[in-house]
Amino acid sequence: MKQNILIGVMLVAIALLIALPWYAPFFYIFIFTEILILGLFAVSFNLIFGYTGMLSFGHAAYFGMGAYTTAMLLLHQDWPFVYTLFAAMALSGLLALVIGFLCVRLSEVYFAMLTLAFGMMVFTIAHSWRDVTNGSDGIAGFRIKEFGLGLDLTIGNPTVYYHVTLVVVGIAAVILYIISRSSFGMILKAIRQNPERVSFCGLNIRTYRLASFTIGGIFAGLAGALIAPFLRVASPELMHWSMSAEPVLMSILGGTGYFLGPFVGAAMFVLLETWITSFTESWMLFLGIVLALMVMFFRKGVLGTFLDWWMNKND
Amino acid sequence: MTDPILKISNLTKRFGGNTAVSGINLEVQPRETIAIIGPNGAGKTTFYNMVSGRMNPTEGKIELEGQDITGLPPHKISRMGVSRSFQINNIFPEMTVQENVEVAVTAFHGHSRKLFNFASRNRAVQDEARELLGKLQILELADRRAEVISYGDKRLLEIAVVLATRPHLVLLDEPTAGMTPDETKRTTSLIRQLADTGDYTFLITEHDMDVVFGLADRILVMHRGENLFVGTPDEVKAHPEVRRAYLGEEEEEEASA
Repeated sequence: MKQNILIGVMLVAIALLIALPWYAPFFYIFIFTEILILGLFAVSFNLIFGYTGMLSFGHAAYFGMGAYTTAMLLLHQDWPFVYTLFAAMALSGLLALVIGFLCVRLSEVYFAMLTLAFGMMVFTIAHSWRDVTNGSDGIAGFRIKEFGLGLDLTIGNPTVYYHVTLVVVGIAAVILYIISRSSFGMILKAIRQNPERVSFCGLNIRTYRLASFTIGGIFAGLAGALIAPFLRVASPELMHWSMSAEPVLMSILGGTGYFLGPFVGAAMFVLLETWITSFTESWMLFLGIVLALMVMFFRKGVLGTFLDWWMNKND
Repeated sequence: MTDPILKISNLTKRFGGNTAVSGINLEVQPRETIAIIGPNGAGKTTFYNMVSGRMNPTEGKIELEGQDITGLPPHKISRMGVSRSFQINNIFPEMTVQENVEVAVTAFHGHSRKLFNFASRNRAVQDEARELLGKLQILELADRRAEVISYGDKRLLEIAVVLATRPHLVLLDEPTAGMTPDETKRTTSLIRQLADTGDYTFLITEHDMDVVFGLADRILVMHRGENLFVGTPDEVKAHPEVRRAYLGEEEEEEASA
């Protein structure tokens, strides 16, 4: 019964998202495009954090890698947009594979610090290697000439771009959801709870940690590839360590224990930022208060706390 | 005599200047149940840690079914048919009891590499997990979260997880520690039944002498990291040095307790 209500709520939410341009002010098309992209970024992070139990503090490196890949392929090669998404996923995944290979042998705070260190290195490269990355200005001035797949879409139209984002993020979310519920996903959850027991069950936990880290990197790259045309620039800020903190905050806000928690967190993050900054500059103060309350009293995040309460409530 | 399933030669572990395990030799025959006894600090757990790959020995050699496994990592040794429990409960607390066993079954069958299936619909894995829970008589707890079941049931759950990787050699580290007398009796008879199936070779460390004498075909007595004596339960009971070194201490402990 409750399961059916949840499915019903999900379907209504999806319908509302699809129909958004027909009832919401134009401004909110931008807001929700950003929520979807950052939501995917946060969900990709949560596969590593909430499921596998590794606090990666350099996730923006893969996000930025995806953004740069798409921006450069559009600027220099005139690739159809869809192909740049795949290229972004491949290159971000490769970067995550290499960095992850060096990081997954460490655990806990050492892992977090090493991912942070690599994240800062990648940021510095993007910032300083002017010949390729155009330094702090970033890659701008690219245009989507062709969507790909034989579809004739006007990507420049924000409503069209919103729908493209919705479809791409939707497909990615379904894939990540299936992975989280697969046998592989079950092993990731087991590793978070008790890595030693898993290795005494005959699995090399480093391999699984690395696989999780790489998959997270691939989908962070996809999110980055979507943000470049949205912002019309791929700049080093996308790789800055403060960008790595965003999916951490979003996951904690929404809840790490449920698949959609980080999406809810991303929505809260972006909406609160939008509303609060309209009447005060110090939106970070409000975010800080909300986060402190979450960590002190609602460890499971907004979605997690609500769903646990509701599922345990008697009919 | 057949070839030993486990052959340990001169196994030694030193931590700095401290020798935890010193020159242990042991041959374990298939389907044997061997108890390892000795006071706390005798080196029993360090011995297990080396056989299961958690620690590298300083010296010596461990052979499993004729293959050298000395210094291999835990997951490789597990793959070769060795499985162990721990002195402190070592389970997946936030999963259900059944899921705990499913993790090990999934790992054993290599399903863990499948990214695009639904684990909750894997009937074969679930049936196998439930069968093991049945063997350990905790099937009625299948859907409970592992962290909320009783201490004794957690110990049994860990044995189910240990057996789920279909080991030939099973290392149990004080399986009845902390159990009530009733739970201890039940666990002992369960291990007895498992040993009688002839599917497993057991090494069991234990402080409870009733459990030891009720289960063991042979007993390895360790004292300060050394192999004090190996023999049948009757030989151990009769051995004067063992009585003095271990059984005597045990009696003193009980007397003072």
